[in-house]
Amino acid sequence: MIRKTRPHITQNEPLLFEISSPGKKGYQLPELDVPAVNASDALGAANVRDGIEGFPEVSEVEAIRHFTRLSTWNYAIDLGLYPLGSCTMKYNPRVNELVARLDGLAWAHPYQPEELSQGAMEIMARLESALEEITGMDAVTLQPAAGAHGELTGILLIRAALEAGGNPRKKILVPDSAHGTNPATVTMAGYVVENIQSNDRGMVDLETLERVVDADVAALMLTNPNTLGVFEAHIVEAADILHAKGALLYMDGANMNALMGIARPGDFGVDVMHLNLHKTFSTPHGGGGPGAGPVAVKKHLEPFLPTPRLKRAANRWAFDYDRPRSLGRVRAFHGNFGVLVRALAYILACGGEGLKAVTMDAVLNATYLRKLLEPYFDLPKSAPSMHEVVFGDDRQAKLGARNVDIAKRLIDYGFHPYTVSFPMIVHGAMMIEPTETESKRELDLFADAMISIAREIETDPKQVASAPHLTRTSRVDEVTAARKPVVRWRPGATPAD
Amino acid sequence: MRYLPKSESERRQMLDTCGAASLEDLFSHLPPEVRLGRPLNLEAGKSEYEVVDYFRARAAENANGYASFLGAGVYSHYRPVLCDVVVSRGVFLTSYTPDQPEISQGTLSTIFEFQSMLAQLTGMEVANASMYDGSTAVPEAAMMAARITGRSRILASRALHPEYRQVLETYAKYQGLPVAEFGYRTETGALDLVDLDARLDEQTAAVIVQSPNFFGVIEDVKQAAEMAHQRGALLVFIFSEAVSLGLLRPPVEADIVAGELQSFAIPPSFGGPFAGVIATKEKYIRQIPGRLVGESKDSRGNRAYCLTLATREQHIRREKATSNICTNQALIALMATVFMTVYGKQGLRELAEQNLAKAHYLAGKLPLKFSGPFFNEFVVKAGARPPEAVNRALLEKKIVGGLPLGRFYPELEDCVLLCATEMSRREQMDLVAEAFAG
Repeated sequence: MIRKTRPHITQNEPLLFEISSPGKKGYQLPELDVPAVNASDALGAANVRDGIEGFPEVSEVEAIRHFTRLSTWNYAIDLGLYPLGSCTMKYNPRVNELVARLDGLAWAHPYQPEELSQGAMEIMARLESALEEITGMDAVTLQPAAGAHGELTGILLIRAALEAGGNPRKKILVPDSAHGTNPATVTMAGYVVENIQSNDRGMVDLETLERVVDADVAALMLTNPNTLGVFEAHIVEAADILHAKGALLYMDGANMNALMGIARPGDFGVDVMHLNLHKTFSTPHGGGGPGAGPVAVKKHLEPFLPTPRLKRAANRWAFDYDRPRSLGRVRAFHGNFGVLVRALAYILACGGEGLKAVTMDAVLNATYLRKLLEPYFDLPKSAPSMHEVVFGDDRQAKLGARNVDIAKRLIDYGFHPYTVSFPMIVHGAMMIEPTETESKRELDLFADAMISIAREIETDPKQVASAPHLTRTSRVDEVTAARKPVVRWRPGATPAD
Repeated sequence: MRYLPKSESERRQMLDTCGAASLEDLFSHLPPEVRLGRPLNLEAGKSEYEVVDYFRARAAENANGYASFLGAGVYSHYRPVLCDVVVSRGVFLTSYTPDQPEISQGTLSTIFEFQSMLAQLTGMEVANASMYDGSTAVPEAAMMAARITGRSRILASRALHPEYRQVLETYAKYQGLPVAEFGYRTETGALDLVDLDARLDEQTAAVIVQSPNFFGVIEDVKQAAEMAHQRGALLVFIFSEAVSLGLLRPPVEADIVAGELQSFAIPPSFGGPFAGVIATKEKYIRQIPGRLVGESKDSRGNRAYCLTLATREQHIRREKATSNICTNQALIALMATVFMTVYGKQGLRELAEQNLAKAHYLAGKLPLKFSGPFFNEFVVKAGARPPEAVNRALLEKKIVGGLPLGRFYPELEDCVLLCATEMSRREQMDLVAEAFAG
């Protein structure tokens, strides 16, 4: 039975271009206090454009209704559980939004004098040191703009350090359970990917590792807890194997929500890692960004971090650009500062004990859902769960509904789907990460929905296989979209609903 | 902790269901040697009031109430109220990447509008859903050009934003893409076509030109493109001041356009988050990095949008992907979309014309270094006093002056890059002119 939702009316809304009409305005500029300049005279007629063909013209009222109506077609964490595994969709505290918009921060220009930027620099320094403490690492750069960007920075750091030692080596080992960004990053950093198989518990196999690590291996890229939500039990031994042969251990910190105050990568052998501030540290996903992907390293990699570095001199903060061994810059200016502000606001609100409480509740929630759902869905890997749990769809697939169908049916029940078909080492994977944000009530509703769907599949699998039924948009034909891509509006395009 | 929604008795019930005696019990399978045997050494959690207070104090330590003439890739434009109103709606702010189109049509529709407007604005056929920022869009565009041409050398203008060049350098180094620079003309500040021609060869994948360039000078893109095309290279056009596109002829001769949208209602925020974009010709669509939204229909025949051409991307292609980019800048791109909507066809032009008028008013009172046409930024010779001294004098008048260029261009040690926008007031510009004269 569907308990969380019932349908309500939604507004139709055409595209901006379809509600546009010539001469409408949503703006008014102040009167010029200097003489107007003729563009053709000042720039040369050849440099001046005609009107922007097709650009919208709408009033302010129409603009706000347009975006408000569209917004109601979205699901969001503010509406409920978002059980996307490895994505850590947690509550985004609104005070973070407020402080990021304070004039002195939002209007700070990255090239304004350092003596007029001390507050911004203090925020960065404080965040760096908090992240060092949380990860057990020695130094942090805040420059990377997102997780994948942090990965690239981290692998380039490894490259720079090995190169300084005379040999950058050739390969990076990536487990078959890794996020897709890992192998893509390796290629971008000029390394060759060597995939390694995990063992039957879904962990890195030490014997395999011992065998494949040789003088060509620069590093192992590992997610811990891994994408099955399982803590790599032999992480310390794995690090020892790598280090003994001169290779480094890179940790993808996407799943750091499972470790805060419990275990620190810096204490279990990690040399370099990235964090996703938009996952663990509560900054909003915003429909797909912005994020921030700070990179934390051990002391021996510090000289290679991106330029500039913060330094304390004469009782104030300064940027140090004189970094001869640095890998260079990975982004202009100082990274996604506005995201850094939000993450620090979260860390200050939680405090050390609060962060540990966050992790403990995140693991409790995942373990609780596992217990409730285990009787109804296959659990291919039996190791204890940390912050997420991965089921397989074998039992339901035999009856005619796959993981993707269950995911779509969840939408009718008022939930965003879990992560579908990832990690690839589990057949028909359903990867569920509830995060600490969820109350017992929301978790119970979710478990009820999953169990109810499992029952539907026993009696009427077609009902599930054709879901969702209650949304304003039903299943979208993604195949045609990719075969004949239409990625922009043109005059005379498909009329509105 | 106020962000955790459970009562102690609920926790107890849940632990019972899990068969665990305590929360600590949930971690008992971890090897003891990895456990942190002490509390994190961080301060206790603060109330909302204390958090706000901390950041207010930090904000007060930064520049407050100063007029600014800094540009150089980050511009002070007025931000219409609607932009924050829209991005603050929880259903935009707190939603995930629109992987599930049935419950993400809001985000998908706005991205489709963004892509359409960026294509219209740049004169390209297609644009992607956004990149991290302008600086990282540059190497992504260079790598894209290398894939399309099967060539490996990159030629970048020395008048491309210096920090964009540094980022390009970092990315290109390990991609086997050697980057060489070509110069600018010391009289005009525009790219040196003779130097460009001399450096172009049959291995050149891309010629990268920014316009208006870092000095604010408008480049002859048409001629640079012709030169590149003659040698089989692509022309990559970079913009860092998006408002200029309201007035300047779009770079239709370019093959790839990559740029920064900070000017479209995105606060300077000490350098980010911003949003970049890559636009190109339809024939190169499968080489574009990052996310793309496409139009389709749902099973009831209604128009619907979804992420598309995912086979380019890392989660499908893994090590063979066009880029490792995953997150884009959806919320920031939405800010820009609302900005473009509020100003619209007529407003963006008027806004650009006001920028032109303000900059030309200020420039008219100062000794310019270059003679090339400029939009809202220009280089000034500091004269008797060094640039730093002029800026110090301005700070006393609550004005942040321009960017001294010696930091990036040793040959321009006595020069300052100044920017005026619609937010620059006449009396402040007069004070700037006085400071340079004095």
